[in-house]
Amino acid sequence: MWIYEKKLEYPVRVSGPNPRLAKIVLEQYGGSDGEAAAANRYLTQRYTMPTGMAKGVLTDIGTEELAHWEMIATLFYKLMKGVTPSQAKAAGLEAYYANHGKDVFLQNAGGVPFTAAYFATKGDPVANLVEDMAAEEKARATYENILNLSDDPCVNDTLKFLREREVVHFQRFGEVLDNVQTHLNCKKVF
Amino acid sequence: MNRKISHQAHLLKEIMSYEFTAVELNLFLDTHPADVKALAEYNQVTQCLKKLKFEYEKCYGPLMNFGTSPSQHPWRWIDEPWPWQIEY
Repeated sequence: MWIYEKKLEYPVRVSGPNPRLAKIVLEQYGGSDGEAAAANRYLTQRYTMPTGMAKGVLTDIGTEELAHWEMIATLFYKLMKGVTPSQAKAAGLEAYYANHGKDVFLQNAGGVPFTAAYFATKGDPVANLVEDMAAEEKARATYENILNLSDDPCVNDTLKFLREREVVHFQRFGEVLDNVQTHLNCKKVF
Repeated sequence: MNRKISHQAHLLKEIMSYEFTAVELNLFLDTHPADVKALAEYNQVTQCLKKLKFEYEKCYGPLMNFGTSPSQHPWRWIDEPWPWQIEY
């Protein structure tokens, strides 16, 4: 089971209301390489992994991604705090506001709703782990794109933390792939 | 009120830094289970975290529910602020 911890993994601060940036960070909330896709990808793939290490890493990184998902929601919540309807409209959030008000919704920055089609389970641990490594690199690249568009140093601090986690996760998945391939090769001997 | 919030945020940030160390060591140990130094550091951080969380929960109620942390009366799990409401 999972137990919620009533704290964020890392502090989330914003300099002030910023609906333009709020819209952009949604990419990592409900986008194809966002935190919800990452958490669900790993937590769905873990069941059939052939080694304890692979099951453990997918469980742990999947769980950490849920904490990152919460951090992105917190960014959105704080960036929308105090935003007026006319400011939301001026930032291109008119349609969003009409549907969701200031609630966070599982969609990407362009308004496309989240879908399970963003991630795969192939019934093949090597294929799954290689996808996971690619997913971490795509998430890192997305954070860099968002950093290029951000004008809030407080938000950048959070984004840089999250970007760095992608780099560490990529490293751990690489080690797991090695572990799984060694395991599969050993099995073939007899 | 502000002072209370900032004391809470201060304690939380300390917990965050130790728990982040634990998360990072946990992931490292997952793929390096025989690393003696990392394991010793993990166990040490776990002890520090336990103390810090005990101190925090005395002031601000349970950090975890479902039987992990006890609560004072009345039930304090539902006390605000929730994590996204806190100014750090």
